[in-house]
Amino acid sequence: MSARVEGYGRLIDRSKRVSFSFNGKRLRGYAGDTLASALLGAGQVMLGRSFKYHRPRGLVASGAEEPNALVGLGEGGRFEPDQRATTTELFDGLAAISQNHWPSLAFDVGEVNNYLARFLPAGFYYKTFMAPRGAWAKIFEPFVRQSAGLGRVPMEPDADAYEYLYAHYDVVVVGGGVAGLQAARAAAATGVSVLVMEDAAHWGGRAPVDGGEIDGMAPGDWVKAALDALEAADNVTLRLRMQGTGVYDHGYHLGYERVADHSPGDGRPRHRLWRIRAGRIVTATGALERPLAFSGNDVPGVMLASAMRDYLVNWGVAAGRRIVVVTNNDDAYRTALAMKAAGRVVAAVLDAREVVTSPLAQAARDAGIAVMEGRAIAEVRGRARVKSVLVTTQAGAGKAGEEIRCDAVAMSGGWSPVVHLWSHCGGKLTWDEAAAMFRPDPDRAPTGADGAPFVLTAGAASGALALDACLADAHAAGKAAGKGAGGKASRKAGPKAVCEAEAPIAPVWIMPEGAGPEKRMKMWLDFQNDVKVSDVQLAAREGYESVEHTKRYTTLGMATDQGKLSNINGLAVLSQALQQEIPATGTTTFRPPYTPISMGAIAGEARGELFQPLRRTPLHDWHDAHGADWEPVGHWRRPYTYLRAGESREQAVQREVVNTRENVGMLDASTLGKIVVKGPDAGRFLDMMYTNMMSTLPVGKCRYGLMCSENGFLIDDGVVARLDDDTWLCHTTTGGADRIHAHMEEWLQTEWWDWKVYTANLTEQYAQIGVVGPKARQVLEALGGMDVSKEALPFMHWAEGELGGLPVRVFRISFSGELSYEIAVPASRGQALWDALMEAGKPHGVMPYGTEALHVLRAEKGFIMIGDETDGTVIPQDLGLTWAISKKKDDYIGKRAQARPHMADPERWKLVGLETTDGSVIPDGAYIVAEGVNANGQRNMQGRVTSSYHSPTLKRGIAMGLVLHGPDRMGEEVTIPRIDGSEIKARIVETCFYDKEGAKQDV
Amino acid sequence: MLILDCPYCGIRADETELAPGGEAHLTRVGPEGSDAAFESYLFDRKNPKGVHFERWRHAAGCGKWFHAARNTVTLEVYGTYPAQVTEPPKALLAAISKKVPGWEGWQ
Ligand SMILES: [Zn+2]
Repeated sequence: MSARVEGYGRLIDRSKRVSFSFNGKRLRGYAGDTLASALLGAGQVMLGRSFKYHRPRGLVASGAEEPNALVGLGEGGRFEPDQRATTTELFDGLAAISQNHWPSLAFDVGEVNNYLARFLPAGFYYKTFMAPRGAWAKIFEPFVRQSAGLGRVPMEPDADAYEYLYAHYDVVVVGGGVAGLQAARAAAATGVSVLVMEDAAHWGGRAPVDGGEIDGMAPGDWVKAALDALEAADNVTLRLRMQGTGVYDHGYHLGYERVADHSPGDGRPRHRLWRIRAGRIVTATGALERPLAFSGNDVPGVMLASAMRDYLVNWGVAAGRRIVVVTNNDDAYRTALAMKAAGRVVAAVLDAREVVTSPLAQAARDAGIAVMEGRAIAEVRGRARVKSVLVTTQAGAGKAGEEIRCDAVAMSGGWSPVVHLWSHCGGKLTWDEAAAMFRPDPDRAPTGADGAPFVLTAGAASGALALDACLADAHAAGKAAGKGAGGKASRKAGPKAVCEAEAPIAPVWIMPEGAGPEKRMKMWLDFQNDVKVSDVQLAAREGYESVEHTKRYTTLGMATDQGKLSNINGLAVLSQALQQEIPATGTTTFRPPYTPISMGAIAGEARGELFQPLRRTPLHDWHDAHGADWEPVGHWRRPYTYLRAGESREQAVQREVVNTRENVGMLDASTLGKIVVKGPDAGRFLDMMYTNMMSTLPVGKCRYGLMCSENGFLIDDGVVARLDDDTWLCHTTTGGADRIHAHMEEWLQTEWWDWKVYTANLTEQYAQIGVVGPKARQVLEALGGMDVSKEALPFMHWAEGELGGLPVRVFRISFSGELSYEIAVPASRGQALWDALMEAGKPHGVMPYGTEALHVLRAEKGFIMIGDETDGTVIPQDLGLTWAISKKKDDYIGKRAQARPHMADPERWKLVGLETTDGSVIPDGAYIVAEGVNANGQRNMQGRVTSSYHSPTLKRGIAMGLVLHGPDRMGEEVTIPRIDGSEIKARIVETCFYDKEGAKQDV
Repeated sequence: MLILDCPYCGIRADETELAPGGEAHLTRVGPEGSDAAFESYLFDRKNPKGVHFERWRHAAGCGKWFHAARNTVTLEVYGTYPAQVTEPPKALLAAISKKVPGWEGWQ
């Protein structure tokens, strides 16, 4: 049954039919429709079910504040849940499904909750899910899982692209209604750059619907003229379909542009997130009409008076054939008059005010509409659609009088300025008693870096609801914003507007004011989350006095609409229950985003390969071509192992370890951090950075060093080489290079700025290749060049020279316990050196090895790994590394902290080796348990495993762990539970499992 | 998303270019310090509602550390200056005193 009205619909093009589907049913609308107007136009009143009670719900609003009409939109990779039908533009082929019901919208099993409502009061979750303990897993959790969440999660990867855009404007105007357009004109006249954004797909906002006259023109015509002028100005940018989403510190502003929601798959990015720096932000965001709290105000067919007017004027859709208007202010009379003029029956206007003589009320009377003063709705009848209302007096307890038959109710509880953007960055509100609204307090505006206010409000967003006041306010705001952003003074006058004088509003928070409990249980405040007047009153009785606590206890305003319709009504009801003034209750906090924005927009281009920058060593492509099984290490990719045909990862790792121990292996160590520290005070500086003494290191030698934070905890390790008298080269861990360089710079710049030291992070300037194994020297000698004999280049020394014609710096250092050379060449020569070494190594059985073999090799030797043996709570003393802590130094970073009582406590867990008695491998991260249980009934702990591997050299599981009194308990057997409940026995042994004397690396 | 002027390279730096470093003008306590003095150096921070002196690094820029005097409530930035000082510049302190009546000073 079509609800379209001939001659109405300023935004639709009746010559263009658009076909779409709702729950699989094919329907038709017009170009210019929203999904909401098209559904209502097609006679679909019930659009969804509420979250908690599964009550039938229809449209309440016509814009972003809509709480009920949420749909699942699109299909496959373009499916998205919880989309507001009111802000979804209709396009050919649009597919929508309703949510929150099973099996169907019309028949929903969950509706049983509606009849249990009495047993599901505010705080239900907290009260019910407490005890008995055993009920949680079997009853509560399945129940919560079944009912949690709104809408369905998309199951396919997002088919669309998204992007960021960075922009700077002197003035940003949010809102393209008459206030926003006028503010933009006034700001642009001062000569500054101006961006105007409008959330909807059309300009003009409410004024063309509400009427009046601007500069002698109908508002719609004035909007056209204003747009022409703005488009002609070269300092103005205009964007439709773009929401002012959030205002942040120092003029940072997020704009959310829905570029292609209405034309999916047309090749453009779907959404564009504008990251804007603005000198001044003008919020011309209008106001939102408030619902009235009467019994049955959630029955489909009850909607905001302004929304009913919008559907008629903008889209040519009448929300009902026979309507009742209920109000506490003059504005709703515009709806009564519009519906009457469109040939609908306006059965009555129920005005809560005792006496109403304003021009708008008079116009209604003149049009033959019954205006009933001091009246209220006692109850709405109907389930899936309004059937009638029972009339009562606002002053009474709700004794039902006359029944008026109707199929729609237009309600108006007054207007609240949209203050969200004003409030995001600290703008404060003031309660305007006469207008019954919170409005921005211009004396307490958000301030910027210069201490001056940077957000201004314009028009209805300031609380200036009448057209004349609205435009005057907007003009002043635009002018002030332009001037504040550096524009020149402009003497241009604002437009002259004319509108009907309105009588004052009478605040009505509960209708009727003396309503009893039965009625208050059916007065909805938050439609989406099913929070009623009775819930807020119960919260107040139970001691919830803070509005923030009440919000969380009742879930008022916590739905996807974030309480746009419910907040003010809710806190007014709370104030009444607490018997205090509304300002004493205050509002909850307004946080960005204004409406939910897509995850895609937040991610922007950062997905797939572009998710984050990828660092590649000079040998990356070679690894890739030779079976590298990649592992992310920081922003690098390193080969975990090199897979050969038919091999598992484990087999490949074992092969690489064995070959390195028996023949020779090659490791791409280019990712290791390489920081040069240079200057007359470099030695003194490194003595502070490292626990060891680095100033005494002779030129030509290497020393293993530990670095701690000022808290005493071990943060990095690596080999330091002294290059010349005042130059040291510090190797760091792969992940630590940037962090440690920053750590050094911090101390140099902020503590010892008078020391003569420079640092440079040269990590990427060199390729570094480890040649490791008993045959390593033969490989290097086959290349020809510098002397790499034991005599010429002993263990823990370095030398410069040539190998195979390449300029190299060779370090005799070992992280495997084998004879080992780490060879550095300029990055551009890395591949050449690698190729030459592979060629020379062929007769010796050379194989590349990856990070996992590196780990096994070092664990067999008992060498620690930052991030395995350390976790930010471990000090070198825990790891048996006191030999690497200089006793001669007065000070180093972390020294004082390591003397704190907790750090010196002999009860700290200490590093030991663990050897399983059955040879199996202990699971990573396992705990070593002690006798007895703790207060929570968990096994007591006496240690934890930090590294665990299968050692192909020892042919058994080996591990390291931190154990209570560990070093004093050699040979003792400990118990380590597995997740499945079984247990492993392990013996405490020394950390070094292989070549304890260190003979093999020193040959 | 603050904007702070880097006193070294002169760039108006967006917060995304900066790394925060907590309270400025701490005095390091070394091995000779008492437990109480050391604890205070490591953990006690001012966290004022109002004027605050902070350390920032122009991490994705020139790499230099600098200090900022900033109001944690109004977000006003009174000034930035190099980190190689043990106390804020006198002129800056005078300017803040003028702007913030009743301010108790930076120590
Ligand atoms: Zn800089």
